[in-house]
Amino acid sequence: MHRFGAEQPLALDGGINLTPFEIAYQTYGTLNADKSNAVLICHALTGDQYAADTNPNTGKPGWWQHMVGPGKPIDTDRFFVICQNVIGGCLGTTGPTATNPATGEPYGLNFPVITIGDMVRAQAMLVDALGIDQLFCVAGGSMGGMQVLEWCASYPQRVFSAMPIATAARHSAQNIAFHEVGRQAIMADPVWNGGTYTADAHPTKGLAVARMAAHITYLSEAALHRKFGRNLQDRENVTYGFEADFQIESYLRHQGFTFVDRFDANAYLFITRAMDYFDLAADHARRTKAAGTTGTLADAFRGTDTRFCVASFTSDWLYPTSESREIVRALNAVAANVSFVEIESDKGHDAFLLDEPELFATISGFIDASARARGLQEA
Amino acid sequence: MPAPPRATRADLARIAELVSPGARVLDVGCGDGHLLEILRDERSVDGRGVELSQTGVNACVARGLSVVQGDADTDLADYPESAFDFVILSQTIQATQNPREVMSQMMRIGARVIVSFPNFGHWKVRAHLAVNGTMPITSTLDYQWWETPNIHLCTLKDFVALCDLLGAQVERAIVLGSAGTARTFKGPPGWWANLTAEQAIFLLECP
Repeated sequence: MHRFGAEQPLALDGGINLTPFEIAYQTYGTLNADKSNAVLICHALTGDQYAADTNPNTGKPGWWQHMVGPGKPIDTDRFFVICQNVIGGCLGTTGPTATNPATGEPYGLNFPVITIGDMVRAQAMLVDALGIDQLFCVAGGSMGGMQVLEWCASYPQRVFSAMPIATAARHSAQNIAFHEVGRQAIMADPVWNGGTYTADAHPTKGLAVARMAAHITYLSEAALHRKFGRNLQDRENVTYGFEADFQIESYLRHQGFTFVDRFDANAYLFITRAMDYFDLAADHARRTKAAGTTGTLADAFRGTDTRFCVASFTSDWLYPTSESREIVRALNAVAANVSFVEIESDKGHDAFLLDEPELFATISGFIDASARARGLQEA
Repeated sequence: MPAPPRATRADLARIAELVSPGARVLDVGCGDGHLLEILRDERSVDGRGVELSQTGVNACVARGLSVVQGDADTDLADYPESAFDFVILSQTIQATQNPREVMSQMMRIGARVIVSFPNFGHWKVRAHLAVNGTMPITSTLDYQWWETPNIHLCTLKDFVALCDLLGAQVERAIVLGSAGTARTFKGPPGWWANLTAEQAIFLLECP
């Protein structure tokens, strides 16, 4: 945990200074003498700082434990890996569950609306606090990939190599639509109470429905069909009622109800909003040019020396390959050093979290070549 | 998806010799990255690739090369003018949909262009068609007509005509005979080369 006091406010895109705030993070491996081997891992919407060790809240293994660890593609014998919980989250970093210093009560909906840019600015402050000038690599999937792109656009000199995986440079209308369904489910929960709910009565039903709807978008029809098909759950025949007759229903209910134990409903509202607002080309134009001008995505990367490796999955319909190609096209337009791989997988968007040998080969090859170019020693 | 064009790779070492050390290079249709690897390891080249096949791209990236999955016919338009010192099209032009457009794009984004291709004017090809009356199958063109990815075959003479059309100067040409013999020309090779070359490599200067 790192605490930033009143002397170090976080200037938010929404025009508010957040202060004080704290960032919860985990590190793995050892920072080398010249601090050139740091890898920042950015988590997805409902992820957390426990990328490669057991999550103390759930008792489950880290969400990227296949990818990060000794001898893994992101080798902690060789690299110093940092993973932070994002600002606006609910797993240690300041978010809507934190106490509002002005009222002494939890922020709830009074927490300022945050953006992907704000998340990255907070991350940069922690990286500063750790004394690291340049990250060897910034990597992440989905919302984590958005943060990777934001890092490359906002701090190009501070990112030697970058891996945006299964992501997009702007949130699509379809994705905003899915998020809105989730938010409306939360807000429709009778105990949500305008965001002012207590620890013993929080909007679990609404949050569970939000999670169920979102979870469908992370999978593919092929994966759902393989796993569940139209199989019935613990019964021979349908009941002609609204019980969870089908295995898929029972699975989704389980996903929904286990999620509410580890995630806060208001944090879900704030983080999905941050993703919806993400539009790297427009954000970059707004920050660097006169108001009203619209930029191209290539402008956000102009002059970059960062080495990029973009990856997408064939069955990901939430962040389809076409979105990754937009990023690659923009990088090509500025003659950036970019690799792009579309990985054959029928596991949908979630493939970036799973045991995907082709993804591992891609990432290992890219990391090793980047380490050679950076002059880092072999493990 | 058709298999990548098969060919003997005697041309790779010759192509590498044409590339200045430390140059910025784009290899279009780079396959599994063999040439890019030679260029990186032996010429300290800052190389990039474009490759259509997923297996090729994955092999490249796993070897630590910078390669984008894409199509030479459509994706070269994304690159800015004069982004590279050399743009290479090795044993790929005959598999493109629109060789003229691919060549124009390469000339736009590179100061120099290197193209290697199997010569359809080689005497064995001519003899095969003349004697057998069937589509030629040789060591550099070893596909049946109905399965070949090579849809735009040309002779040395044809290629030089395209260069003239596009205003590209032939700086050097290397022709490889059947026995692995190589001859180097300053400027376009003549009729004898067109008859005896199995493969050709052209180094072009873009206007």
